[in-house]
Amino acid sequence: MRALLLGAWLRAGRGLPRAPGSGRRHREHRGHSGHSEHRPQAPLRQKVSVEVLQHLEHLALVDFRDAEGVERLQKAIQFADQLHEVNTDGVEPMDSVLEDRCLYLREDDVTEGNCTKELLENAREKVEEYFVAPPGNIPLPKLEEQETFLQGSQ
Amino acid sequence: MAALVAVAARGCGGLWRRARQRGAGQSGPGPGPFPRGQRGVACNARGGAVPAGKSGLAPWVPVVGLEIHAQISSNSKLFSGSQVQFAAPPNSLVSFFDASLPGTLPVLNRRCVEAAVMTGLALNCSINKKSLFDRKHYFYADLPAGYQITQQRVPIAVNGSLSYSLCIDSKMSQMVTKTVRIKQIQLEQDSGKSLHDDTRSQTLVDLNRAGVGLMEVVMEPDMCCGEEAAAAVRELQLILQTLGSSQAVMAEGQLRVDANVSVHHPGEPYGVRTEVKNINSIRFLAKAIDYEIQRQIEELENGGTILNETRAFDSKLGCTVPMRDKEGKQDYRFMPEPNLPPLILYDAKSLPANMNHQQVINIDWIHERLPDLPSVKRKKLVEQYGILPEHSFTLLNEEGLAEFFESVVKQTQMKPKKVIGWILKDLLSYLKQHSLTVKESPVSSFVLADLLNLLEKKEISSTAAKQVLAELWKGEGKTPLEIVKEQKLELLQDQKELEQICQAVIDGHKNEVMAIKAGNPKVLNKLIGLVQKKTQGRSNPVLVKQLLEKKLSG
Repeated sequence: MRALLLGAWLRAGRGLPRAPGSGRRHREHRGHSGHSEHRPQAPLRQKVSVEVLQHLEHLALVDFRDAEGVERLQKAIQFADQLHEVNTDGVEPMDSVLEDRCLYLREDDVTEGNCTKELLENAREKVEEYFVAPPGNIPLPKLEEQETFLQGSQ
Repeated sequence: MAALVAVAARGCGGLWRRARQRGAGQSGPGPGPFPRGQRGVACNARGGAVPAGKSGLAPWVPVVGLEIHAQISSNSKLFSGSQVQFAAPPNSLVSFFDASLPGTLPVLNRRCVEAAVMTGLALNCSINKKSLFDRKHYFYADLPAGYQITQQRVPIAVNGSLSYSLCIDSKMSQMVTKTVRIKQIQLEQDSGKSLHDDTRSQTLVDLNRAGVGLMEVVMEPDMCCGEEAAAAVRELQLILQTLGSSQAVMAEGQLRVDANVSVHHPGEPYGVRTEVKNINSIRFLAKAIDYEIQRQIEELENGGTILNETRAFDSKLGCTVPMRDKEGKQDYRFMPEPNLPPLILYDAKSLPANMNHQQVINIDWIHERLPDLPSVKRKKLVEQYGILPEHSFTLLNEEGLAEFFESVVKQTQMKPKKVIGWILKDLLSYLKQHSLTVKESPVSSFVLADLLNLLEKKEISSTAAKQVLAELWKGEGKTPLEIVKEQKLELLQDQKELEQICQAVIDGHKNEVMAIKAGNPKVLNKLIGLVQKKTQGRSNPVLVKQLLEKKLSG
């Protein structure tokens, strides 16, 4: 059931950022649509708007900013939409196949850690014993720039 | 008494006035529709609505709710066996699970569950015998999994309450007790820490804190000012420390408070609320909330609107500023945690017979072993020793002070009511002045009791006792009696000698004697003082007074 979330979320249009005074931006991104096979059972497919893209980028701190990225996202949604073909009427949602098992309780002992070196071996960048990440609180590129980019990439 | 001031309150009314004046000063002649001086704020420590000013304008009702994250005091993390420790070398306390490496799974720490149950019971919550774990998603560099395991749907404890007291006058003599409802307590993981390097535009990530167990205590919006919130948080802090479920040291981030603040007119729905974060001391908590209430009132009265936003408290500027959220308006995409079955707790009735006891958490068993909570301890102190309620607050406010007091009482003949003065006025103010904890006191309870016994047996005067105490602070290991002997501070036991000194004082101060005889008895105090001076504080003032009176009436 979980894989439904992305598709459902996009369809419901939840959490879309409403940039103040950005009325002109409220148009859908054109292109990248209608090139997969028709699925009558699936609900109406929604194109990925610039706002949705920006919101996703914001949430995930990743960069979709090329045509390939947009297409990949669209396909992922279509893939997830297949789940709507399963009839779940009257079926109680299941959290996990483990939900009737006992939850094992561990004693409060220190048994792990002290492996800084091994951990940092996986890091692309590090400073001393720290992982290095891109600055998190810096605004992503402005929406206008993205629009320019997306239009240019069509 | 200084200790109590930091926490409890003067009552909100006075505070609002001060804040208003400052606000007015800052913003100059405001274009607001209402004269500032006549603004009414429906909040005082008694909780009643304060009538609006003379203009009859509707008063404002501030509403404050708190979300408090308390780090669980445990050896290892919530779902992994790595150590919990403050200020360790970066990334040294990180397991593969904490770093979210593929193939790792969470294994729940029994101690963390017990700490949450204890806390829930102490806060009068119902403990859910079945609670669930959920994933809360957000992307941030110090959250390597991209989600936090928390308890969103069914938390471990719900529907509790917390009683707290605060002073409602500046003399700290009138206290009022209030109650805030506890909505829920949930178990969840802490995140790592990010260090932002602005110049090189990068973030350094330390995952030592990632996965440490937290209890999130969610309070209902039952408070109406910063002082109330501060008093509630202080009481919660004391309870957590008494239980040992959290060390709750705010400066080390073991207790983190977010405040939801809104204002509305009575009878109207609650206003739009803001969330104030970055509050790292109880004092700043009160300041931040009061500032935010004031800011919202001014904004609304100037025709503005309140945005549902997160604001940070800037302790240097003493104000709240809008904070760029981690991701703006969030969609946390909650989902059930698939790797953790429901958490089942038992009580005496539901306890299964054939289960490994290490896998059983028995709520009743924990309940029976709860220590005396601060409110009970205070009540006992008041009943047992006849001290004032506000003194019991001060005693519990300093770690170890109540024990110190009780230990002194046990070792001295002096009445507890008198001992408390020495504890609060002399010991505590000395410790505060020198930023010492009770444990670090250079004078032990044994030595102080020794000194108070000398005073009680009338071997020294209280002036002399203070002199001895001043000497004892030096911590040179001398006993009070040694100091008394060394500095010749014993009370003059020789009545004749004392009489001679009194006579000498009378003879040398004819004017004063005339004044007394003319019917001004207050001047007698001056003569007593002179005798005291002559004897270097070694005379019993009661006795001196009697002697002088006798001589003057003769």
